[in-house]
This record gives sequence, C-alpha cells and structure tokens, in this order.
Amino acid sequence: MNWLTNYVRPKLRALVRKPDVPDNLWVQCPSCEQMVFHREMEASLHVCPNCGHHLRLPADRRLAILFDDGVYQTIELPRIEADPLKFRDRKRYGDRLKETRAKLGADDAIRVAHGRLGGIGVVVAVFEFGFMGGSMGIAVGEGLVRAARLAVLQRAPLIVFPASGGARMQEGILSLMQMPRSVIAVQEMREAGLPYIVVLTDPTTGGVTASFAMLGDIAIAEPGAVIGFAGARVIEDTIRQQLPAGFQRAEYLLDHGIIDMVVHRHKLRDTLIRLVDLLVNKRAADVVPITAHGDPSANGATRPNGADRTGEPIPAERSHDHRPRAD
Amino acid sequence: MLSHLDFEQSIVELETKIEELRHLGDAANLKIAGEVSRLEARLDRLLRQTYAKLAPWQKVQVARHPRRPHCTDFISGLIEGFTPLAGDRAFADDEAIVGGLGRFRGLSVVVIGQEKGADTDSRVKHNFGMAKPEGYRKAQRLMAVAERFGLPVVTLVDTPGAYPGVGAEERGQAEAIARSIDVSLALRVPVVGTVIGEGGSGGAIALAAANSVLMLEHAIYSVISPEGCASILWRSGEHARDAAEALKLTAADLLHLKVIDEIVPEPVGAAHRDPATAIRHTGDAIEAALKPFLALDGPALKARRREKFLAIGSQFLI
Ligand SMILES: [Zn+2]
Repeated sequence: MNWLTNYVRPKLRALVRKPDVPDNLWVQCPSCEQMVFHREMEASLHVCPNCGHHLRLPADRRLAILFDDGVYQTIELPRIEADPLKFRDRKRYGDRLKETRAKLGADDAIRVAHGRLGGIGVVVAVFEFGFMGGSMGIAVGEGLVRAARLAVLQRAPLIVFPASGGARMQEGILSLMQMPRSVIAVQEMREAGLPYIVVLTDPTTGGVTASFAMLGDIAIAEPGAVIGFAGARVIEDTIRQQLPAGFQRAEYLLDHGIIDMVVHRHKLRDTLIRLVDLLVNKRAADVVPITAHGDPSANGATRPNGADRTGEPIPAERSHDHRPRAD
Repeated sequence: MLSHLDFEQSIVELETKIEELRHLGDAANLKIAGEVSRLEARLDRLLRQTYAKLAPWQKVQVARHPRRPHCTDFISGLIEGFTPLAGDRAFADDEAIVGGLGRFRGLSVVVIGQEKGADTDSRVKHNFGMAKPEGYRKAQRLMAVAERFGLPVVTLVDTPGAYPGVGAEERGQAEAIARSIDVSLALRVPVVGTVIGEGGSGGAIALAAANSVLMLEHAIYSVISPEGCASILWRSGEHARDAAEALKLTAADLLHLKVIDEIVPEPVGAAHRDPATAIRHTGDAIEAALKPFLALDGPALKARRREKFLAIGSQFLI
C-alpha cells in the first residue's frame, strides 16, 4: 500500500479549544498538590504556576501550542488490526485497544502533523501518553517511519516528542522490532540532510529511549522529565541501593552529557523556532518572510523552506524574493 | 552431574540409571550391555518426545540452562585464530560483550557476542551477559572495523538484557543501544545474527539488526523477560509462565511472525546435551545464511537490511 494515499486526506484542525471541557474546573498539581484553576493551568501551558512542575500534555494540546497560530494538519496513519499475537494478560489486548481507542478517540499512541513553526514547514510526531502509556507498538513505529518520509518529501525538519514507558509488551517481539524500524526513520532524515530534533518529555524510557529518541541531531528535554533506559525500580532491585537524587531526570541527563539542553515549556516554541531557523536557513538571507497565515508560498516562495537543500549557496538574485521586505 | 530442569524428571532418572549400569557392568557382561542399549533407546525416544513439544516456559528454562553452550563456546568451535579486541576507547572494556577478528570457514570476519559466563567467577567477569554502554560502544567500534575492511559481521546473541545500573544510565545506556542499532543498520558489509540462547530485549536487538537473523531451536527472543512482563501486566512475577505463553518468544513463533529468517535445529535433548553438534549446526546455518550476501555490494546490503526490518509487522497494519 502506498502511504501517500493516506496522506492526501489530511484533516484540517484549526485549533479552537479542546472539545472535552474538564469536568473538574480545578487541576491538582501532581508535584506540589496545589489546586490550580484549569484556565490558569491551560494559560500556563500546563506548567504549575506554583512550583513550575511540567504536567504531561495530551498530544492535541502539544501540537496546538507548538505550531504557528495553533494551526496544523494531521496525517492519517495505518492502525494495527485487532491483536497480532492474540495477547492476553489479565485482559485481552484486543479489548484494551478497543476501550482505549474509544476513550481517547485515537487509533494509537502517536499523532503526526505538519504545519509551520516560525514560518518554516515542519513535521511533528507526538506521543499520546494516555494511550497505553505511550507504548511503542507496530502502529507507533510506522507513525515514526511515515513522519520521517513526510518530512523528506516536504524537505522539512522533523521534531519528535516522545512520552512513553517503552515498548508495548502486548505486541511482544513485534514491539521490539520498532526499535530498528524507528532508527531507520532517523537514518532517512539524516541521509536527506534534514534536521531531526527530539524533545524528550516525561516520561521517556525503555525501548523508546534506546532507539529513535536518543538519536536526535539535537536533544532537548523538558524540566523534570524522567528519561532513561531501565526503570528506577528495576535498577534499585538490581543494585540494592538507593538511587542518587534527581536520578534519570532531565537535569541529571544534562549534567551527564546525554542531552543538549533542558528547556522550560514556556520557552520551548521559541527555542525550536530558533534551532529550526538556524539549521534550515543557513544564511540570514534565506529567511522567508512570514505572512499572516505563516504560509510563505502565499508570498511567492517556491521552495517551502526557502533553503537550498543541495547545500549550494543561493545567489543573491535568486534569493532576493526570499528576503524579508522592508514594507 | 547434569543439572536438570523441573520437566526433565523422568529423563534424568533414566540418564542416572544408564550411568549407574555403565559404572557397574563390565563390557563383557552382555546382559547389562543389552539393558543399557534398551534404556538408551528409551531415553532417546523420551528426549525426542519431550523436546518436540516444549511449552514456552520450558523453552525459557532450556534457553537459560547453565550447561547450554555460550558465546565463547561457539567462538572456539567456529572461529579459527580468534583474536579478541577490547575496549570502547572511552571508558572501559565491558566483558559482557566479547568480540574480535577471526576466520569463519575460511573467511575473515568480525565476531561480536554476549557472554554469560559458565561458573561463578566467569559469570561475574562477564556480568552475566548484561552489557553496559561501554559494551555496546565496543560493539559499534568493532562494526566500524568490519566496515572499514569489508569484513562480514557475525553476531551471537545471548543476554538477559542490558545492565540496569546507575553508572550504565549515567553513561547513556539508551544512547549506546540506539547507536548500536543505528551503526548495524548502516553497515555496508553482510551481518548475520544468531540468537543462541536468550535474546533479551533492547540488549539483544543492539546486536541483531542483521541481514539475516537465525535462532536456535530452543532459544528465546523477547521484548521483555517473562518475569518482568508478569510483574508489570499481572502484577506478580509468579505469572512468568503465562507471560512466556503470551509473549510468543519461541523460535517457531518468531519464524511464523516473520521476525527471524531461520531456525537452527538442535541435537536431541537440546544444545546442552551435545554442544559440539549444536555448534556445528549453527556454523553450517551461518555459513549458508552468509553466502548470498557475500555476492551483494555495500549499498544493496544496507538497503536489503533496512527493507527487511521495515517489512516486519506490516502484515498487521490496516
Ligand atoms: Zn505545582
């Protein structure tokens, strides 16, 4: 099946508000336990106004606060048929999947979208932690592969936001195989010479960390996010010692040289815009003016990102149209 | 004394009886010789019957059998002039991963595998086959040597998983595994991986992103140990047997799922009863698997490997 047939049916999601208004108007911060009015929590991008704790974000919300004007298009992804292994623990995986899909209105734990970020076209893949702990099975791995291919097709950077406990055990070995499959997605970005940025959010562990999530050209983490390979409890049981303070937190990883930066959610969009701009518009002259809708094609730019992908310098005459205009 | 598994009660009784008779009777005693050969035939039948229909949990036990041949046994049985190479050039030499240069059936190759150790001392030395970041980085370095000199890579997978420790996390265990998969998938030389015992999770796939993946008949390969899976999904490690069933971790299951390419048959009663034969069969299978890839050029080897992994599981997508 050609994945493009799926792509031609993008759903426009002009973002208004989350359709499901919370039943409870107050949100309790899981860290300081303060009750915060939900509007205030939303306005602060789900960062506790009291203690700065970064709460987990639903995928929709993550996409909305990232893209210019909250406008993006998601692509349809294939989903797995009921239950590849006929896996049954205390519950059938097929039933678990059905219930979760109905509850969240999503097929699986990943969303892939494209849109503008600071006027530059980007492809973004976001994990839905609420969907079985954001676990990576066949559909999630496939989502990453397709996200990379869409990015290559659009000559756009790829930004991935993992939030995942790791592999989806209910898909057994097939979930383990998503580690190499997602790494291939990264390799396709690399070979196309396109930026691949990972924003590690709470939590990113297990097979997700040990594959695409640790291979970003740039690795950013949100403050306080738990990021690691083995679970803290497993490590404690193995070494029979208390773990050091802040172990496997974003700041700890920064100290140990595992990631490039820890960025507060309020500064994340600006940071990503700056990075993408620096990597895509390799010369200041490449910058494409941003129109009201963030769509440079409306401004006559022929190449969506305004950058010459061959790495050849763009002659001044050619790049003239791409320059910001004084008027 | 052969350590035995719980389902092997009657097998071990027979083996003990045969041993006793042999000890007791002299060669001239025809009566005893007749009895021994009668019992041996029975033992052979019983072993065949038992091992033909091992349940997944029994496979787990066999795959972890302490007498099962390990990586270093396969290397000494299959690789001439094996020359180990050490270290990640950054932090340490991790002996959970053994690797080096050698000649396999006439061909210079790079061999990389996980070694669990065979006795208390060697188990500690090899950290029970649980590699740390420096182990995976050593593997990457050896893969780079193979790439530079155009040598095929032969990997031998046998690990409970990557080591869960504070230092391992601090030195980037996840990155080390991810990078090993990355390096392996990008190689322009043939890579043949064989799960010889326990293919435990990310620690295993780090060495198994290969052109051809083989698995010994009684080996297991899984995203998580049955015990770990049981403690998470059943909230009790006592359900390991159920988890082993559910995970579909046997060679037959994995061949059916098209995750592996071939099953290497083990001798009657599994590899631990006749390591030499098991190792020889494995060598034959690796040689046969390697052959078609030797004719391909670098870009084709890399492309085929990636296509193979991209295709895995696609039959379940709609
Ligand atoms: Zn708080």
